Amino acid sequence: MRPEWKDFVGGAWEKEVNVRDFIQKNYEVYEGDEAFLAGPTQNTKDLWDMVMDLTKKEREAGGVLDMDTKVVSTITSHGAGYLDKAKETIVGFQTDKPFKRSMQPYGGIRMAMKACEDNGYEVDPEVVEFFTTHRKTHNAGVFDAYTPEMRACRSSHVITGLPDAYGRGRIIGDYRRVALYGIDRLIEDKEAQKAGTPEIMTPEVMRDREEYSEQIKALKELAKLAEIYGCDISKPASNVQEAIQAVYFGYLAAVKEQNGAAMSLGRTSTFLDVYAQRDLKNGTFTEEQIQEFVDHFIMKLRCVKFARTPEYNSIFAGDPVWVTESLGGVGVDGRPLVTKMSFRYLHTLENLGAAPEPNLTVLWSTRLPLAWKKYCAKMSIISSSIQYENDDLMRVTHGDDYAIACCVSSMRVGKEMQFFGARANLAKCLLYAINGGVDEVSKKQVGPKYRPLEGDVLDFDDVWAKYKDMMKWLTGVYAQSLNIIHYMHDKYCYERLQMSLHDAHVRRYFATGIAGLSVVADSLSAIKYAKVTAVRDEDGIVVDYNVEGDFPKYGNDDDRVDEIAQMVLSTFMGFLRQQYTYRDSFPTCSVLTITSNVTYGKATGNTPDGRKKGQPFAPGANPLHGRDTHGAVASLSSVAKLPFMDAQDGISNTFTIIPGALGKEDQVFAGDIELDLNN
Amino acid sequence: MKGYVHSTESFGTVDGPGVRFVVFVQGCPMRCLYCHNPDTWEMNTGNQMDTDEIIAAYKRNEMFYANGGGLTVTGGEPLMQVDFVTELFQKAKEKNIHTCLDTSGIAYNENNTDFIAKLDKLMEVTDLIMLDIKHIDPEQHKILASQPNDQILKFAEYTATKNVPLWIRHVVVPNLTDKEEDLFKLGYFIGGLSNLKALDVLPYHTMGKPKYEKLGKEYPLKDTPAMDKNKAIELKQFILKGIKQRRSENS
Repeated sequence: MRPEWKDFVGGAWEKEVNVRDFIQKNYEVYEGDEAFLAGPTQNTKDLWDMVMDLTKKEREAGGVLDMDTKVVSTITSHGAGYLDKAKETIVGFQTDKPFKRSMQPYGGIRMAMKACEDNGYEVDPEVVEFFTTHRKTHNAGVFDAYTPEMRACRSSHVITGLPDAYGRGRIIGDYRRVALYGIDRLIEDKEAQKAGTPEIMTPEVMRDREEYSEQIKALKELAKLAEIYGCDISKPASNVQEAIQAVYFGYLAAVKEQNGAAMSLGRTSTFLDVYAQRDLKNGTFTEEQIQEFVDHFIMKLRCVKFARTPEYNSIFAGDPVWVTESLGGVGVDGRPLVTKMSFRYLHTLENLGAAPEPNLTVLWSTRLPLAWKKYCAKMSIISSSIQYENDDLMRVTHGDDYAIACCVSSMRVGKEMQFFGARANLAKCLLYAINGGVDEVSKKQVGPKYRPLEGDVLDFDDVWAKYKDMMKWLTGVYAQSLNIIHYMHDKYCYERLQMSLHDAHVRRYFATGIAGLSVVADSLSAIKYAKVTAVRDEDGIVVDYNVEGDFPKYGNDDDRVDEIAQMVLSTFMGFLRQQYTYRDSFPTCSVLTITSNVTYGKATGNTPDGRKKGQPFAPGANPLHGRDTHGAVASLSSVAKLPFMDAQDGISNTFTIIPGALGKEDQVFAGDIELDLNN
Repeated sequence: MKGYVHSTESFGTVDGPGVRFVVFVQGCPMRCLYCHNPDTWEMNTGNQMDTDEIIAAYKRNEMFYANGGGLTVTGGEPLMQVDFVTELFQKAKEKNIHTCLDTSGIAYNENNTDFIAKLDKLMEVTDLIMLDIKHIDPEQHKILASQPNDQILKFAEYTATKNVPLWIRHVVVPNLTDKEEDLFKLGYFIGGLSNLKALDVLPYHTMGKPKYEKLGKEYPLKDTPAMDKNKAIELKQFILKGIKQRRSENS
């Protein structure tokens, strides 16, 4: 066994790149409580004060403190950057100084230029010239191939948020591999993969060989990045500090190369705990030191920033990076994957204070240790910064070494990736069905000229039949647009570093999404159970609806309408499965507009459920605001009925509740009276 | 059997232990000045729901209630529809559901043997009673709740003879129910109840106000501010003092 692996339990992971096997053989479940945790060191406090100071300055400067306009960001493009070198135990920034945003034109030079202009900067003309004349970008490739129909759907917002001008993101490199194996071994592995390709040079084989070569180059650059900071990651990490640093270098290289729509971290805590446990036993580090490494690591993740435009920020509501880290969960053998490191990660919310990034996501199972559940609840109350996802549901498909990309997209780390696909606006699609493909806002013929609604009263069977036809058309345009996007992204903006931290043969998800599900469900329910009359404008286009009578509304655990929602989702997925998908990707769907529901609502006219033009959709799979009247359980039940198999990329429900409605405060409610009498 | 139901709430967290399915029955003879459900006052109106229908709604999402929660009937005044509540609780107990009755006790009448007989049956299937005593002083109670409190206090004593676990709830309202002396008296009274398990002191809030506006009713306490939470914690001590006094005399 290698000296760096001393004291570890060996196994298949020694002979092959297999992080899960390493974790399973070596991790120690922690069932205790948070009492062992250490507070922030003085260095941590000092560094965090500097970050807070820079944050303040950045806000005062209008949102951006500094931007690189000359140097195109690559893994090795910049020299070392520090807050205070002497105090940092985990090092590395995206550029040569903190809060300076890097320039990443490979997704699209126009987007890179606009991101600069909107923030008062200008990209160096030579760079612009290079990326317009000599080197094509992803964005340019996509628009060369788009059909007029695709462009029309894009402008009318019946398909929205397509990653055709920016990095698609949603790919998680297995950054743990850098720590466990070191770069030399990973390169060896990739060389072997390249040597093992089929002999006949089909386009696919040539593409694979070229990609392996790119991946190997990226790994070599990653080793150089570490050298810039005076570190050597060519060999495996030999303690927890080196392991955290190696994982972070892997992630840092990814965000230096890709400005993706979600740059998630994976599932690193339990992996790193194996190192921490060994160091604690050997006396290499104390708990306080280990917490300091974690605090500094998380601090670095909080400082990841990209150059983006105000439009981008309005789609994604803010300037998110989606550094999602998945914590906890339960293994397929029944052992919880909760370790002391899971606690240490959440503890950063106390040591550094609450923050939206990294997006700490607890994989929830009924079988998690009670002390961990309690600690999660406690930290949620303190910080309002923890996301929860259903591990019991996802483990069935993904096993026990998957992670969440962005907010809900699950994928096995290093073995699966996804082609991010934004959303089809199914509410607008319903209006197209009613108006025979005419857009209700622009009055342009966007969809096919199918027979529009005849008569004034909407009949459910008639509308449903029309809707299915229109949805089938939309699914086709949508899927084929995505095929173009992902072909071009692979060609011009390939994630070579992230893919170098994947197996040779990965499963690719073709991750579509839908918006406006509750609007559609309620609209169809109104048509079915109440009387809906069309209101036409002078051109005969239906622009509004009169609804007489009551109808079941999604969000009340009422099967009459909940089944409509399920039917809409399943129908969409059925059509999607009929489509060709690029690189044999596996079609999935998400119902997860967490914030962009506002943007989608703006672009959509009056709907038959009584929602008015421009009013926001409900986020994700939520019931429309105010329509769920039977309390939270009934509301959640409507959402929970959506079949996961038809929304395998995730279903989100945004749930807000005033603290008082979650139960009594201990101080006001005495509980058992006998206890008080002893006082 | 059908009963008049105002509404149901699938995620009740303040009406008994755990997460509960809460049934708000329609109709109440009390007119408490601070009532935050004035829309449940009117009798014999509103939705009619069958006991089976309620049990079915509960069972649909039972997993939410299974871990220490259950079914609560509140209102309105549940005891105004005692037969309906009894049947509902009987069916609940058949399915091993924890039952909680949230009542003002106003329907109690020690001389009405028919009603007592019915109540005896209800007690057999009730796991917990939450009794809201509005005021210990008879005169003040009348002003506050439009009804006398003698039968309410008798009801409390009745539940002790049936040995059904009892939680006492008391809303503390500035200037109305916050006198030290009254609170002590209340404590002294409930200290004599052997089935008393918990005391829940609720600071008065003004969240019911918009409902009055919606119903076109004048809000009687429009000039009364909400009770400060910390003040409520202080006031609770006076009730506890009363309980201790009574218990030390009894022991």
